[in-house]
Amino acid sequence: MSPFILICVFVVAFLLGYRIISNVPSLLHTPLMSGMNALSGVIVLGALTATTLAGSPLSVLLGAVGVALAITNVFGGFDVTHKMLRMIEGKNRQKRARPELLDA
Amino acid sequence: MDATAYNSIAGILTLAVLYGLHLMSSVKTAVRGNLVCALAMSAGIMMTMYKDHAFASPVLCTAIAVGMVFGLFLSNTVKMIQMPQLVAFLHGLGGGTAAFVGLVILLDIGVANAFERVSACLALAAGMITIAGSFVAAGKLHQLLPQKPLILPGHGILANAILAVMGAAFVMHAFALDTLALFAVFLLFTAGLAFGIVFTMRVGGADMPITISLLNSLGGTSSAIAGFAVGDPLLIAIGGIIGSSGFMLTRIMCRAMNRKLVSILLGESSVALGAQDPAASVSSAPIAPKPADGENKAASWLTCAGKVIIVPGYGMALAQAQHRIKQLADMLKGRGASVSYAIHPVAGRMPGHMNVLLAEASVEYEQLLEMDAANPLFAEADLVLVVGANDVVNPAAMEAKDTPIYGMPILRVDEAKRVIICNYDDKPGYAGVENSLYRRDGVILIQGDAASVLERLIAML
Repeated sequence: MSPFILICVFVVAFLLGYRIISNVPSLLHTPLMSGMNALSGVIVLGALTATTLAGSPLSVLLGAVGVALAITNVFGGFDVTHKMLRMIEGKNRQKRARPELLDA
Repeated sequence: MDATAYNSIAGILTLAVLYGLHLMSSVKTAVRGNLVCALAMSAGIMMTMYKDHAFASPVLCTAIAVGMVFGLFLSNTVKMIQMPQLVAFLHGLGGGTAAFVGLVILLDIGVANAFERVSACLALAAGMITIAGSFVAAGKLHQLLPQKPLILPGHGILANAILAVMGAAFVMHAFALDTLALFAVFLLFTAGLAFGIVFTMRVGGADMPITISLLNSLGGTSSAIAGFAVGDPLLIAIGGIIGSSGFMLTRIMCRAMNRKLVSILLGESSVALGAQDPAASVSSAPIAPKPADGENKAASWLTCAGKVIIVPGYGMALAQAQHRIKQLADMLKGRGASVSYAIHPVAGRMPGHMNVLLAEASVEYEQLLEMDAANPLFAEADLVLVVGANDVVNPAAMEAKDTPIYGMPILRVDEAKRVIICNYDDKPGYAGVENSLYRRDGVILIQGDAASVLERLIAML
């Protein structure tokens, strides 16, 4: 793809992302940030491509370390975001559950 | 896989991620939003592995397995109080990978044209800044490094000099011979590393939320730049989204501290000149507890208050007092009082820090008020309980023109009839500005560890 199109992709993604993310309330800013951590593991795509293209063992090693680090982001980030969101949301469930507990 | 198919799927996955982020704008749908993002991401990884025949590579499969185990280990051992350093650490990993990708391209694969060359160089430099800066920030938050801002003589000049070296390395790589190109890569690597360290070491305390947001943005942008170098539209799009998210959070944090983004990039600190060591207010021994009559009076105020607003700050996080706060709030509610929480955008060490800690203590999110929603309520409140917050409630932000916090929006605790402040000591907060609230009528300052103070108050009720 031509550099021009690639730059357009970046600009459009940036602007769309900005619009959508502006609606996230400050209550959810920490989960938003850790979700972004997880998404930033997307660099694993670059690392995979670069490593498969690389020739020297040193480059393959560097690339593999990069893949491991990025995958850490993906799994750690999404999992911790999930836990946090469940925690924030969880109170509602508890609140709903409480009257039932009292009835019992 | 041909390019058109890849690009179409990349477009669909980007839309899926945007939809997931859209779901993140409400608590009720946020869990689903996160899952949508996770699914889109897994699909993207699978697709790239298929495209690059990475499934056949034992090295890459091992690397992925190692990353999975390490990632899940981190997410299952981290405590909510450690969230800021985990987030900073993970920013660093993302940036570091972008730097590695830049390195591999420059040293091994080679570049096809000037665009790829510039992109690979930029990815290397920006990635190194992100990893170095994030690790210093995470080290400070984890208290492996000294918390106080470390400012070298001629700090600004040094930072600019490093940037100049970086610029020179770019030019060198673009125009010079092969031998010098290798040297230029080395320069970019070290200059990025050095700038990240120099930039973050002078940051502490209340400047941390801005720095973390900024590193978030930089990490995303360096991923996108690495995407330019390898020509991957999905990587570029997601990198751009992360960059915009970090940028938006940085702007919110800047506004909440009345600071300009440019001045932060140039490295001005929000600490007053000649201010005492900000770390001292955290690390010094507690002052002898005030006479117990302060606590008795506070307890009697709590008993007769009908409308209570609680203002948490970083002191609550340090003392892990959120569970005690919840306990106290439940007792007050049991007596028929209404309790809500007013949260300043920069309270704590990262955006949304207080919300997560209170959520950990099972505080319902409906009771958490943002600054704009909370400020009109202070005048009607019977009682405001400040727990470990200082600069964000300091009236000097409105009154004292010559202080660094002047103009910063604050929670209008000064408008409340009665205020109980549970802070560690009566020293100025991070910004180094005396808090006149402490000496006003209708204000009780109880010094000491917030958790034990609250425990005593609860016992008295």
